Amino acid sequence: MEITKRPLIVSVSPHIKSEETTSRIMWSVSASLLPAMVMSAYFFGPRALFTVGLCIAASVLSEYLFQTALKKKITVNDGSAFLTGLLLGMNLPPSVPFYIPVIGSFVAVIITKQIFGGLGFNIFNPALIGRAFLLISFPRLMTIWTEPSAAFIALDARTTATPLGILKEEGQARLIELFGDKLHLYAQLLIGHRAGSLGETSAIALLIGAAFLLYRGYITWHIPLSFLGTSALIAWVFGAQGALFAGDPVLHLLSGGMILGAFFMATDYVTSPSVKNGQIIFGIGCGFLTMLIRLKGGFPEGVMFAILIMNCFAPLIDRGFKSKIFGLKKK
Amino acid sequence: MGSALFRGGIHPPDKKELSADKPITEARPPQRVVIPLSQHLGAPCKSIVAIDQKVKKGEMVGEAGGFVSAPVHASVSGKVIAIGEFPNAMGRIIMSVVIENDMKEEWAILRDSPDYMKLPPDELKEKIKEAGIVGMGGAAFPTLVKLSPPKEKPIDTVILNGSECEPYLTGDYRLMLEKPVEILEGLKILMKVLGVTRGFVGIEDNKPLAVKAMKEAAEGQAGIEVCGLPTKYPQGAEKMLIKSITGREVPPKALPMDVRVVVQNIGTSFAVYEAARYGKPLIDRVVTVTGDGVREPKNLLVKIGTLVSHLIEECGGLKDEALKVISGGPMMGFAISALDVPVTKGTSGIVALTEGEIAHAGDFSPCIRCGRCIDACPMGLMPSMLSVYAEKGFYEGAKEYNLFDCFECGSCAFVCPSKRPIVQLIRVAKSQVKP
Repeated sequence: MEITKRPLIVSVSPHIKSEETTSRIMWSVSASLLPAMVMSAYFFGPRALFTVGLCIAASVLSEYLFQTALKKKITVNDGSAFLTGLLLGMNLPPSVPFYIPVIGSFVAVIITKQIFGGLGFNIFNPALIGRAFLLISFPRLMTIWTEPSAAFIALDARTTATPLGILKEEGQARLIELFGDKLHLYAQLLIGHRAGSLGETSAIALLIGAAFLLYRGYITWHIPLSFLGTSALIAWVFGAQGALFAGDPVLHLLSGGMILGAFFMATDYVTSPSVKNGQIIFGIGCGFLTMLIRLKGGFPEGVMFAILIMNCFAPLIDRGFKSKIFGLKKK
Repeated sequence: MGSALFRGGIHPPDKKELSADKPITEARPPQRVVIPLSQHLGAPCKSIVAIDQKVKKGEMVGEAGGFVSAPVHASVSGKVIAIGEFPNAMGRIIMSVVIENDMKEEWAILRDSPDYMKLPPDELKEKIKEAGIVGMGGAAFPTLVKLSPPKEKPIDTVILNGSECEPYLTGDYRLMLEKPVEILEGLKILMKVLGVTRGFVGIEDNKPLAVKAMKEAAEGQAGIEVCGLPTKYPQGAEKMLIKSITGREVPPKALPMDVRVVVQNIGTSFAVYEAARYGKPLIDRVVTVTGDGVREPKNLLVKIGTLVSHLIEECGGLKDEALKVISGGPMMGFAISALDVPVTKGTSGIVALTEGEIAHAGDFSPCIRCGRCIDACPMGLMPSMLSVYAEKGFYEGAKEYNLFDCFECGSCAFVCPSKRPIVQLIRVAKSQVKP
């Protein structure tokens, strides 16, 4: 009896799957960074868009050329190279020359990701390795911070120091003095009107994107909350010179790359633990290392190195925090 | 009750609206039936008929091949025209008895017992055994075995599984609406056989009418409680159901009886009632024929051995878009390649899926360690690690990640954004190492 026109597909169950795909996740995360990019363009001018765009183009092209050369399946449509480029761009200072994004993208996509086997096999966050490589190779270019202006004339903007730089070199009192008063300082940090990497300054725009990711379930609270919570605690206890429990946690959370790092970089699936309890440990580690570097290290900012160091431990953490097997009594 | 919900699980689109409002109707009698001698887990039956022999409806054609086995019976009256190997829905070749239907519906003599509740447990058990009853939810484990726990494992609770958590399927749902009293009688028989005073019916709360119907039927019945359970796949998995209702967790490698519970399916309970009351063997069952690929979804009362093609024809045939036909539900059922395979005691549904509904099996990408599968796994496993180990051939490594605790519910593969065939990889690994 012929009642089927075409041969039936036979495969193993389950026969239905969710609509979620890797590329949809990547594009959604990219979209969630849009508010921060808008603020970046507003404060740092068209140059910000150019730099970030260059990172994205170079990242996607790097992946395309690498996969073509090695006759691998071209996966640029999955959005992960795009996201890597976007994040790298958002982690660069506003005034870098054009070859910086290109070199950074190459390191991020080819050295960090593709050489290790492509998406899913990289040990380190590609965008952060790209940035770390640039920081070490071009320490001067990577630490020139331009003053934000809302006037779209950022090409000849004045250079200045980041709030964290001022905090490290001249202390908290000077920082507050520069911004007028404490409340004004907080407001400016929240809105993003301060020197810093292109996409890290506007805490409020980043938080809007993060809320979207949390709502959609693309990230969970485990890593960001433990990351920020640990940082805040350490900032409060050890943040002030000469006295315990006198530091300013708000200042630390809102400055540097803390928000960008905690919600968008440390939560990278591939390079963070996949078990929830492990993610909390991972976040605590990130927070601890960030504050260690900020308070005791040579750099004013520690988010990047903290996440990269914790990336190494992600597989180990997953091993140690295996999920609880149903029916197995806890020892 | 229901407070101790299991962790993990998923919420697939349930698509039950396709057939939920269709009352159970009897399928047209088929020209012939193919009755596999192995429709259950355990030893196959031995044929006790010969070619050309006349058989009556309800007559035994295959006797149980051991303790873990269940006899099979003729579902029509007529003549045995072949005894040989035929494919079943799982793609295996099974010894089967083919009977040509004489359309006379002549019944074998059945042992009627209007006072079945007064029968001693052993006699009730004997009736269940003779009726060839097996778990009708899909796994088809002989019911008699579940009702014969060893002495050192006392049972205190019987649970009827009315959760029907597989998407699309509505057979148990319809049965609960249409035969609630009979189902509860079946539960009481099961409780009597096991010497138990506590019985539950667990129903997912996406079926409020079934909860209501069963609650009404259970009113005033001592020891029986109908529980609405949160809708979450795989609520109907034995271990999950037991946890949701009693709070007890069946340990790894153990059975429900190890936590003093026996779980039976709704259809099974109905069959138990019919066996005890009328002496009727398990020769028909409710099958949901549904999916966007079938023209008129229906809930059919089907004679065991009826070919799937016959049922699909009765439901208006397949649409041109139909690409996959599944025996059972879409989460744990088997895709069938040819439609000329018989409905067996464990066939809960026939689901025809179209391109839009199917998960593409071919195209998958590497694990991005997003952890969705870990959150979804009701057994608390790490399917991501299992799939990666299996993919690379490190089967021993998979074993360290509790490979054999997986019961292949498919929640992991459902949520996987990389569309990895996790269940398939796990099954490969299971076949390559010893438990």
